[in-house]
Amino acid sequence: MSKPKGFEKPAGVRDYLPHAVTKLRRIEREVLACMDRWGYRQIMTPTMEYYDTVGVASSTSDQKLFKLLNKRGTTMVLRSDLTAPIARVMSSLLKDEPLPVRLSYHANVFRAIEEEAGREAEFFQTGVELVGDDTPEADAEVIALAIESLKAAGVEKFKIAMGHMGYLNGLLQEVLPDRTEDQESLKQDLLNRDYVGYRNTIASLSLTEVQRDQLEGILKLRGGREIAGQALEISSNELARASIEHLSKVWEVLEAYDVSRHVLFDLTMLGDFSYYTGMTFEGYAAELGSPVASGGRYDKLLRQFGRAVPATGFALKTNRILDGVQGEEIVEELPILIRYTASHRKEGLAKASELRAQGHTVITSIIPDSANVRDAELPVVSGSLLNRGYREVITLR
Amino acid sequence: MAETLKVAMPKGRIYKKASALFRSAGLPIPLDVDETRKLVIPLPEAGMEFILAKPVDVPTYVEYGVADIGIVGKDVLMEENKDVYELLDLGIARCRMSVIGLPDWKPGIRQRVATKYPNVASQYFREQGQQVEVVKLNGSIELAPLIGLADRIVDMVETGQTLKENGLVEMTSIFEITSRLIANRVSYRMKNDEIQALCDRLQTVIMSEGANI
Repeated sequence: MSKPKGFEKPAGVRDYLPHAVTKLRRIEREVLACMDRWGYRQIMTPTMEYYDTVGVASSTSDQKLFKLLNKRGTTMVLRSDLTAPIARVMSSLLKDEPLPVRLSYHANVFRAIEEEAGREAEFFQTGVELVGDDTPEADAEVIALAIESLKAAGVEKFKIAMGHMGYLNGLLQEVLPDRTEDQESLKQDLLNRDYVGYRNTIASLSLTEVQRDQLEGILKLRGGREIAGQALEISSNELARASIEHLSKVWEVLEAYDVSRHVLFDLTMLGDFSYYTGMTFEGYAAELGSPVASGGRYDKLLRQFGRAVPATGFALKTNRILDGVQGEEIVEELPILIRYTASHRKEGLAKASELRAQGHTVITSIIPDSANVRDAELPVVSGSLLNRGYREVITLR
Repeated sequence: MAETLKVAMPKGRIYKKASALFRSAGLPIPLDVDETRKLVIPLPEAGMEFILAKPVDVPTYVEYGVADIGIVGKDVLMEENKDVYELLDLGIARCRMSVIGLPDWKPGIRQRVATKYPNVASQYFREQGQQVEVVKLNGSIELAPLIGLADRIVDMVETGQTLKENGLVEMTSIFEITSRLIANRVSYRMKNDEIQALCDRLQTVIMSEGANI
């Protein structure tokens, strides 16, 4: 590749000009305030972590991690999510903290070569982790909070799909006991969202018709509350049954939150992250082509850091929301411009200071001695990306 | 109220077969659509809007969500590797991806393979443990072995007629190709009812007609 030109930036990262920052900050502020009202307190962790700790635990595939070497030759990574760093903090700084713990965050994360549309290498996530509670109540709390957060971010039309890792695992164990390889290839088909491949794989295995129907049945397990019953008809495996019971209880709590109309069951959905162990969910907005939220239960992740406690959480893809959601137009107060000649400097700056104290935005500017009076009357703003004009121009001469 | 489904349809070879399949499934798709030069065609009676696209671009439109669903050959899906749902094997436009060469082919010191599908080709030869140089061409792939650009090619084979006429032979078949119904990740959830209903109707037709469309 040729040497980059001076104005170029790497692919997958972007600049945000003030109008975009204003909108992004508002989404961030509203969402964090919403999380705060639910008792989630904000945490910040470093941008850089060790590859061997957070990098390995993060379950972002190796080739998608940004890696660097420090002076001693230790491999470092740029964080690819906040779940693994928070798990590290829970097992170190907060290791004696009574449970449950509720934490929120807003941070930029890094993934080299995203395979999905958009292909962002750096993007923003706003999310929560609820650590130390393995009840359906906790799973429902994070889903209900995800719904509130989407609303706070200005997303009007959205749906949440909720699934459970245990159901598929249980069903596979029942139909294909101890055939780990076959189980894995079926799971891989579903992870690739390749239902044709899934059916073909089933056809290639030597199975009875009943078993085939069982495995194909899972593809239809998407919809409302009734799906729980249908799922139980398909599999009588203990793990599958327990998973459905868990989801049904989550659903009951979501009904009590009065948000179940936003949620649908989807037992074909596997979380994109391998650390999910139980309930998983994704949020979709009508305006956007890819999911805006994802989350789930990860009961084994904290064990890797030495503290075996259950946890659940979610993250919003904040800049996707920024791109796709119109929201209300932000009406910002225009600044006041104070122009003064050298002899009126003290007076002008004092006036500016007085107006700023009242909460106004004030810009000051000197009128050069050489400028004639007409120039001084006309501050030029046309063609500017940043300057939208002034609320008032005060000229002191 | 049912929402309009935006359908990315491949222009050309597959279009006629796919729209015939839609008609068999009871959807009112007019016969003359493919003769118009319009690129976006509203079909309110069918609750759809067709977006006529170059086949290789169909998965891109669907991945970005500007089309909710699309119809595309497995060859394109294998080559493009997009993040979309592959819902249904439509059983139409059946053919296969194959390695093709001259009848007297012997492995040379330096092996070159010409293809429109560089990702598919390099992956296949990697899996076979063969080191080959893949050359991307955009059409008339059969030319490459005839004029000495490559010693083998990877391409789609339907009847084998073109190969025969050019004195080439099909050496290995890599995978079977049919057209697939694909869906965007978000549309699959937001327009779940419409997409599922369409899937069910198409599946009924496919089951009853088999691969004879």
